[in-house]
Amino acid sequence: MQRSEFFKNFWRKPIFATIIAILSGFIVAAIILASAGYNPWTSLGALFYGMFGRPKYISNVIIKSTPIIVTGLSVAFAYKMGLFNIGAEGQYIMGALAANVVGYLVDAPAIIEIPLIILAGVAAGALYGGIIGLLKGRYDINEVITGIMLNWIALYFSNYIVNLEIFHKPNTASMYAINESGYTSLFTQWKTTEAAATFFQEHPFIGDIMRTDVNMGFIIAVALTIFISWVLFKTTKGYQLRAVGYAQEAAEFAGIDVKKNVIQTMLIAGGLAGMAGVLNITGIFPHAVSQLSAFESYGLNGLCVAFIAGGSPIGCILAGLLFGGLLYGGQSLQYMAGAPSEIINIMIGTIVFFVGLEGLVGMIVDRIEKRKAAKSKESGSSDSGKSGSGTGGSDKKETVTTETKQEIQSPELKTLETGKSQ
Amino acid sequence: MKKWKAAAAVVLTIVLLSFTLTGCSMPQKDDSTFSVTMVTSDGGINDQSFNQSSWEGLQKFAEETGSEVRYIESKQPSDYLTNLDRATDSYPDLIWGIGYTFADPILTIAKANPDMSFAIVDNAYDDTPFNVTGVVFRAEESSFMAGYIAGMSTKTDKVGYVGGMKSAINDQFQYGYDAGVAYAAKERGVKIEVMNQLVESYTDAAKAKAIANKMFSQGADIVFHSAGGAGQGVIESAKDNGKYAIGVDRDQSYLAPDNVLTSALKNVDTAVELVCQEKMDGQDIGGQTLSFGLSDDAVGIPTENKNMDPEVYEKAMEVRQKIISGEIKVPATEEAYNAYAASLGQ
Repeated sequence: MQRSEFFKNFWRKPIFATIIAILSGFIVAAIILASAGYNPWTSLGALFYGMFGRPKYISNVIIKSTPIIVTGLSVAFAYKMGLFNIGAEGQYIMGALAANVVGYLVDAPAIIEIPLIILAGVAAGALYGGIIGLLKGRYDINEVITGIMLNWIALYFSNYIVNLEIFHKPNTASMYAINESGYTSLFTQWKTTEAAATFFQEHPFIGDIMRTDVNMGFIIAVALTIFISWVLFKTTKGYQLRAVGYAQEAAEFAGIDVKKNVIQTMLIAGGLAGMAGVLNITGIFPHAVSQLSAFESYGLNGLCVAFIAGGSPIGCILAGLLFGGLLYGGQSLQYMAGAPSEIINIMIGTIVFFVGLEGLVGMIVDRIEKRKAAKSKESGSSDSGKSGSGTGGSDKKETVTTETKQEIQSPELKTLETGKSQ
Repeated sequence: MKKWKAAAAVVLTIVLLSFTLTGCSMPQKDDSTFSVTMVTSDGGINDQSFNQSSWEGLQKFAEETGSEVRYIESKQPSDYLTNLDRATDSYPDLIWGIGYTFADPILTIAKANPDMSFAIVDNAYDDTPFNVTGVVFRAEESSFMAGYIAGMSTKTDKVGYVGGMKSAINDQFQYGYDAGVAYAAKERGVKIEVMNQLVESYTDAAKAKAIANKMFSQGADIVFHSAGGAGQGVIESAKDNGKYAIGVDRDQSYLAPDNVLTSALKNVDTAVELVCQEKMDGQDIGGQTLSFGLSDDAVGIPTENKNMDPEVYEKAMEVRQKIISGEIKVPATEEAYNAYAASLGQ
């Protein structure tokens, strides 16, 4: 009973529209590839091979996705209370920078070192996000504007610190790496031993995976996602945040301190984005911040991830994996098929665009349903009532909730789109 | 709960789809064809500079020898190691890392793959692993010529230099150039002021342009740059101000035909080609650093310089001979430059 209901309503759900959007992205990319003279089938084949073709590719996709999932989570969290955290990029930079500075200066055993680095990175990100929250909550300055400006400040501040003599590693473009006790990579020491080499020869599958920077990051990202879901949906605080997000005035009338909530939300969102920076510094080579000439786009990709996920924390994991896969696999698109890797950006843009048109899919579904209903009425079939008014009470209820959801989402989606174009 | 199921369905679809596609697999190792793969730095393949030159060298090499060449583009420094690792998947005979920022990644990957050969452009290790070849350029030699030409051509007796980031490589350009200007100043018996500034980036063209604008407004009439992609800002600035810029790495006169005086060439393509050829011929090039300079035609200035006084060009060619013969010892570091400047002063 439940199963049939699930399938009947599946194509009315946001997730269906998202799948359509992702497929559209692939189709548009295929058309562009074909018109540029590349075989779309082999090109997309190369893309998928680059994502899943070898155990280490899958491992690299997960590694690449980890920070994007966490920044996506940061954006999604702030978004739940109606805040558009475009400043995630800056918070990421500050988190990574603080993690690197502390990880380099402090040389303690891993059990102290790692928590210390995490604390530093999260605190830096949280404070940086808190600035946005404070300006928004206290003085009602738009968080998009302050966010963008603070991103640039973070970029140049980071470059300044990277080039300070005590931190800059000579003849490189980066800082000194953090001390090895701060690595969250797994088996770093063991990997280079001879015992490991023979083990890898006997177990090529594991050996292949071990060639990558396997680290704890993804597990931490999943744990954070569960934690954030719990905060949002199972605690009073989360209820307040969501209430403010749905209807600020109503929430204020109900006695929720909106200003305080804005600041707290931005502190948490900033801390999350900072955590993404920590995961990158502790987890992957070169374990250091490099001089940046442009944004690395971890925060901005987080926006897209949160958007594709429809603001759902769990969805961020899936959208993050998709994103990481496209970014990583895209490099083999060019290596193997010769097609420019920019096609990946077109694909991502198309997906985001079609996710923005989510309402359209609903409309099309409505129209198809109506036409079907009309047809079945014409033919005088007995089950005409099934698709029209709905036979079961639960069925009706389900339709109502999805509709209200869409209504609520549409103004939010507009905000997201305008933000993206900045 | 339903959301969960739907999500599971998506993941399953993607995974299944991927299995059907694994049929189109990677090109496997083919012993009969010599193959080379290069990994670009984060400037990208069309950086009008190193990556592009290297790729052109490889393409030429492929044309002449029928070898197979590929490149992988990096978007950010954390991509370097994963891209090098990806390059090893097809077992090429030689893997290039383009630029000194590859120093650590190449060391790591070379250690993990003792059965493969690697080369790095623009980096010399203190202790080169047996399967790594460092390729460096005596860029101070071409910069000296650029400085000499600037010193001979300036009308205001003020010239500028816009560098990328502080490094041993960048020092070669800066002090080579400064020394060339000083040499010209001595020959002309005047004092020439050199304004030196770094962009702190190889991609921030807007900042480089602002720096060059400032130098031109302070009276400089020729500005030399060694700021990679960012240097395009310097050339734009020369165009806007109606002054001269000196290009770097490639003949950059096509960017502003009337405003590029000359270019300090670093023929990375020549060097890349030479090294590939040596490797193909079966020479053991690992464990050492190969240095290329004026004598190899790996650095120099273009033969066509329509904005330059032919007399200056003739003199610059004399200077070139003096550098090759060792009569002029070009400084490449601050210390050497100070000693050199002192020796000129006498």
